[in-house]
Amino acid sequence: MAPSRREFLKGCGALIVSFSAASLTQMSASGQGQFETHSSDIDPAKLDSWLAVGADGIITAYTGKCDFGQGIFTAQTQLVAEELCVPITRVKLIECDTSVTPDQGTTSGSQSTPTNFNSENLALAAATAREALLSMAAEKLGESVDDLTLADGVITGKSGRQIKYEDLVGSKRFEIPLSTTAKRRSVGQWTVLGKPVPSLDRVALMTGQFEFLHHVRVPEMLHGRVVRPPEMGATVAHVDEQSVRDISGLTKIVVRKDFVGVVAETQFQAVLAARQLAVRWNPGPELPKQSTFFGYLKGQPSHDALSVDSGDVGSKLATASNVVRATYTYPYQMHGSLGASCAVADVQPDHATVWSSTQSAYPTRSIVAKLLNLPVDSVRVIYVRGSGCYGLNGADAASFDAALLSQAVGRPVRLQFSRQDEMMWENFGSACRIEHRAGMTPDGRIMAWDRENWVASLGSRPGYDQPGNVISGMLIGYPPAPLRPGPAKAPTGRLRNGSNTVPSYFAGCVGETCDGGGTIRSERALTHTVRSPFFTGPLRSPLRIQNTFANECFMDELCAHAKADPVAFRLRHLYDARTIAVLEAAAKASQWKPRPSPISGAVRTGVVTGRGIACVAYEGQNGYAALVAEVTVDLDKGIVHPRRFVLALDCGPISNPDGLRNQIEGGILQGMSRSLVEEVTWSDRRITSIDWTTYRSLYLDYEMPTIESVFVTPPGVRATGAGETTITITPAAIGNAIFDAAGIRLRDLPFTPERVRAAALETINGPQETKI
Amino acid sequence: MQARLPTQITLKVNRSEHTVRVDPATPLLFVLNDELGLRGPRFGCGRAQCGSCTVILRGQVVRSCVMPVSAVGSDEITTLEGLGTPERLHPIQQAFIDEGAAQCGFCLSGVILTAKAVLDVKPEASDQEIRDALGGVLCRCFSHTRMMRAIRRYAEEKKHGSFPS
Repeated sequence: MAPSRREFLKGCGALIVSFSAASLTQMSASGQGQFETHSSDIDPAKLDSWLAVGADGIITAYTGKCDFGQGIFTAQTQLVAEELCVPITRVKLIECDTSVTPDQGTTSGSQSTPTNFNSENLALAAATAREALLSMAAEKLGESVDDLTLADGVITGKSGRQIKYEDLVGSKRFEIPLSTTAKRRSVGQWTVLGKPVPSLDRVALMTGQFEFLHHVRVPEMLHGRVVRPPEMGATVAHVDEQSVRDISGLTKIVVRKDFVGVVAETQFQAVLAARQLAVRWNPGPELPKQSTFFGYLKGQPSHDALSVDSGDVGSKLATASNVVRATYTYPYQMHGSLGASCAVADVQPDHATVWSSTQSAYPTRSIVAKLLNLPVDSVRVIYVRGSGCYGLNGADAASFDAALLSQAVGRPVRLQFSRQDEMMWENFGSACRIEHRAGMTPDGRIMAWDRENWVASLGSRPGYDQPGNVISGMLIGYPPAPLRPGPAKAPTGRLRNGSNTVPSYFAGCVGETCDGGGTIRSERALTHTVRSPFFTGPLRSPLRIQNTFANECFMDELCAHAKADPVAFRLRHLYDARTIAVLEAAAKASQWKPRPSPISGAVRTGVVTGRGIACVAYEGQNGYAALVAEVTVDLDKGIVHPRRFVLALDCGPISNPDGLRNQIEGGILQGMSRSLVEEVTWSDRRITSIDWTTYRSLYLDYEMPTIESVFVTPPGVRATGAGETTITITPAAIGNAIFDAAGIRLRDLPFTPERVRAAALETINGPQETKI
Repeated sequence: MQARLPTQITLKVNRSEHTVRVDPATPLLFVLNDELGLRGPRFGCGRAQCGSCTVILRGQVVRSCVMPVSAVGSDEITTLEGLGTPERLHPIQQAFIDEGAAQCGFCLSGVILTAKAVLDVKPEASDQEIRDALGGVLCRCFSHTRMMRAIRRYAEEKKHGSFPS
């Protein structure tokens, strides 16, 4: 039985009585109010940078980690309420506004929880504030801190005398640094954190009152659209301004090198002008063929890096009784945000304001300042939620474009991308090729594993100084960060596995220290980064999903080779206790029956059923998960349909179980869509995935599988991220289930009907073609 | 889509009338967002492929991103905010709140209005029929499971007459 809403309103034992859905609606819908422009040096070492107590008792908290649908707004509100012992209704959270919030870089990489929910930053600020308030109260009441009790924002002394937060500090600054010794309230004490608090945006969302960035309108605002090149590398030859002279309301055609945009009085006029404007483009270079792209990737100059190299892999493989080889490929995929990106910019001669759904408010401020040639302190970026982004979608580019257009016309401009602008020019998730070779002992153990991957990469997040990492910057003349080809150096320091390049079964020894999760000592992981013909950037589980797909499916191949049970075989090669715990928990929860794959008696026609498992230590140590997938495979139609998923997850202490489940479900189902249908396509010259008919996603008519999840939480561990862990293992779990069902090993994503049918034929007739 | 001279057009939206002066070829969505300041319908694709801009007109869901404002006529348009307010929620909104059936929430006009429209016509619709109706609605956060649960909850309550239709 879920606790009632009212229970969440308790703050350290006290109840607040006034509560209505409407109050929360207003709070979330108007959370980003107007503020005076502050100086930009908001010092994260000072408490006042994070927290203020108003004369009305409202706690205002400032965070550099923003919510784009992952629930971090609610969780951070709970965190502040918990540490300050106030009901959540008394906390007002301000997200990512460069005039008032500290610079916490980018909200990405499953880093918001580890960053703000452990013993640093927002969590430390809230704990510091509570201790400071208790000290002030002790002094005022003439009592010892130990004799004070705290409930609902009221401090009570032994004598019974009471004092409220606002009477201690109301509207004044704390003027103290963050304490390095302030103690978080322990998990056992939690009354607000750890509870399934309904997300605070819920009522506003369901009633259409939530303010998305797409709704932001400012006085005197004009509307802009961009006119993008037809293909990568195309440059402007001529812009025919006469071609749009009949469009009323057209304010300006803006051309800056290869950046072309239009500004008009209304959105419709801007759309018409962008569509009608005649621009002659010099063509870009021909593209590598999509059908042979992964072979092309292997032949290109590359920047090489070794994650781990024991130096004996070659000699060990030469002595192995059996060497298993396989090549995996992962396509370019899109963020494909539901709302095409937009932004509003108001650029004046000496200052600028940008309303943006960027994940990187401060970096975006720096780039906008650079593009506009303004001092960085005179630019303010205000985060307003757009549609879910899943990484570097078009939000940054839209923000830069809006700023360029506004500067050109001297009035505020709202820039809205078309669906094609968004899809052709976003920074795709990288295409990857991964090759494995592993040697087996006669008794079915892995004795050596060699792994080499090729990653297509161009641009990425612009950071604070690389505008050319996204299309907008490149069009006005900034190059993307260069790729410097060169051989790999021997790994030094400790194992870095942030991209999950190294499989969980490697010992991960660098020098004398072995930080990997497994037992395989003869190990090598070599990465070749190759220049991509298209922009790439972080997409939910960047490189981790590509690498884990290949690692966990190949592990399954080795397991099949050893005729072992996939769970038992994994356990045989694992050392890390937390990975082992989730693997065992997932097996138990799914009532896994130990046996080798494929299931005996697999047929070559009709509909077959199977189960597969995959696990990961996300980024090496940022969350642990194991996922069991049960699928049906229609061998005649080639259709794979996942029916059930069972997840075991260890992400440390859980801030909000409901929010976590929402992320888990979305992660698995999005991972399923990416496994089954999502792939960016291109022709000789241009991207051909330009809308929802040419880039596929599973719609709401898809019969979704059931999802069950269990949480494993060892005592005393830190909170980790959880937004990307489950998606990381979904493709491999599905791929392994297909193998179990039909004896078909699919090594190329997505698992299309064509590929399933071809693989089914291959198991009957032998290989049909040589893989390139 | 061709530009035409601005015309005075009166729209009936969420039980009130609004007169705007716009190019009659303007997509209804732009009028709802830019002229009337409504937040329910949103620009997703501009190609009627995702459902973010969904409104109800003549009992049917329509994609306001491709419908010229001149085609609306005198019939009433209902947007997501016209269904119910935070103080007086429509039961389907309540069901979505109870199930927590959203992540970013950008898709909700398409999901909620389409589900409501199909159940208004056929209260006993099966899961498959509901899914079929949602065939053109996209949620990229993949809140599908919770959304179907919310729709089913609403359908059950509607069937058992827990609230007036």
